[in-house]
Amino acid sequence: MIKYKTMENRIFDFVVTLLLVILGLLCLLPLLHVLALSLSSKNAAVAGRVGFWPVEFTFASYEYLLQDARFFQSFVVSVKRVILGGGINLILTILMAYPLSLEKEEFPARDRYMWFTIFCMLFGASLVPWYFVIKETGLLDSIWALVIPSGVPVYNVILLMNFFRNQPKAIKESAKIDGINQVQMMFLICVPLAKPALATVTLFSIVGHWNNFFDGMLLINTPAKVPLQTYIQSLVINMSDTSKLSTEQLINMMSQRTFNSAKIVIATIPILVIYPFMQKYFVTGITLGSVKE
Amino acid sequence: MKKEKKKKVSFARTWPLHLMLLPGVLVLFVYTILPLLGNVMAFQNFQPILGFFKSKWVGLDNFKYMFMLPDTFNIFRNTLIIAVGKIIFNLVMSVFFAVLLYEMGGKHFKKMTQTICFLPHFLSWVILAMIFRDLLDGSGIINTVLLKLGMIEEAIVFLGSNSLFQGIIVSTDVWKEFGYGAIIFIAALAGINQELYEAASIDGASRLQKIWNITLPGIKVTVVLVATLNIANVLNAGFDQVYNLYSPIVYETGDIIDTYVYRMSFESAQYSLATAIGLLKSVVSFVLIVLSNYLAKRFANYRIF
Repeated sequence: MIKYKTMENRIFDFVVTLLLVILGLLCLLPLLHVLALSLSSKNAAVAGRVGFWPVEFTFASYEYLLQDARFFQSFVVSVKRVILGGGINLILTILMAYPLSLEKEEFPARDRYMWFTIFCMLFGASLVPWYFVIKETGLLDSIWALVIPSGVPVYNVILLMNFFRNQPKAIKESAKIDGINQVQMMFLICVPLAKPALATVTLFSIVGHWNNFFDGMLLINTPAKVPLQTYIQSLVINMSDTSKLSTEQLINMMSQRTFNSAKIVIATIPILVIYPFMQKYFVTGITLGSVKE
Repeated sequence: MKKEKKKKVSFARTWPLHLMLLPGVLVLFVYTILPLLGNVMAFQNFQPILGFFKSKWVGLDNFKYMFMLPDTFNIFRNTLIIAVGKIIFNLVMSVFFAVLLYEMGGKHFKKMTQTICFLPHFLSWVILAMIFRDLLDGSGIINTVLLKLGMIEEAIVFLGSNSLFQGIIVSTDVWKEFGYGAIIFIAALAGINQELYEAASIDGASRLQKIWNITLPGIKVTVVLVATLNIANVLNAGFDQVYNLYSPIVYETGDIIDTYVYRMSFESAQYSLATAIGLLKSVVSFVLIVLSNYLAKRFANYRIF
């Protein structure tokens, strides 16, 4: 867009910039506040003197956190969950998406499988029967309960299927003439060409597994096996209902403030680490679903 | 005869494909289809000791009981208000943000604003609830600032107020999602023909007129599409968010279907009632999804499968 330096344009640009700065600050300030709290002294935090910059700068909360075995235990559980869950999601997504991407002439049963998959996507499982099925299949209270029932992310399967379908037909045709079979076609042609799509769905499933607290809350009983978000969530529940607490408890809770902030910061770091990669791919992720024919 | 032979040959060729599908189909069958069949407990007086097969059948009793409970009306109303509020305000803010970015010059500034505003989408509600609980606390930074400015006399208990709770849920959700929701509009804006703006400039249109007459019509189809697809979500008010921000004081306005079903199931052990409510929600949601996809296909030529 060509812009001329008229008065109107300058005022307009100024207002636009100002509004964007405000929106950006709105998103950033709550996070900065937590970071500032985690680096401030307890007294400053309790007195409410911490804004967006650490007051009486100290690493005390982080040093205290290092002694919290449960926090790191659950951190490790979460890392394990992400690796296992992300891996299972990736493998099952590829294995389902490829056959579904074939034409009916090549794979007559394709449509039946497709309807089955769509049906599973439209009807989410009900909570109570879902819980009892997991219990009956003996997964309860093990890490497998967190990764197997959610093993097939149906939405990702359909995204990847559409991606496979949009790959250039010419390559597949010439490979077929060279006498390649379906399995080779998948591993040698389709999957290597689908790297951006695979990166997208994997990053999404990693973030999903890292952020999920619900499965851990419902399916894991042993404290040592609880994933990080579930552990942090149990702290939130302890924090609620302040009306019933005595003044002493309230002050005690308030002094936890810097400590809890440190936990939040550490729990967020993995997301921040993969965030740049996400940013590269999430536009693909959103446009991936559209069918182009 | 000939046809049959052909089919046999093709199974000999396609068995690896069936094998590929097997693990995924198995997982879906066990953890989605079986629980779906388990919905029969909505018509039973389900007791875990007796299991699905021995629990007593009670017909529609659970549903009758459900419609008699005052809670039921409440949770459906709260769910609708919160979900529709989220859909509308998220849409408006996302479009607003996308248009602002589009009007903005400087590339680096643009990139930085995007990076910052997309970030909250990737943080979990557990983390964000902790942050918001702290911000909105009686001694939190928002109350401190408001008190200092003299705008209020005494601290407001934001999350303990029935009149404020729904607004807080909607606005914190908009805070989390507006940036990410803008991506689809940013992509749509990139497709607008630039010559239209030049022609408008020659005609002497102001910037606001250009936004109103070129930019917004340019993304109209996308806006309609997103709104249509969101119809499917009017019963999803966001379990994670509400569960982590509410407390018994605000059940009146804050309790939604999903949180109620969860509490009925795992705190009150009213399995059959909870399943009946969940089933009602699933059925309505299913109709809404089919409807929204039909409309999306009709108006925007969009289909996901």
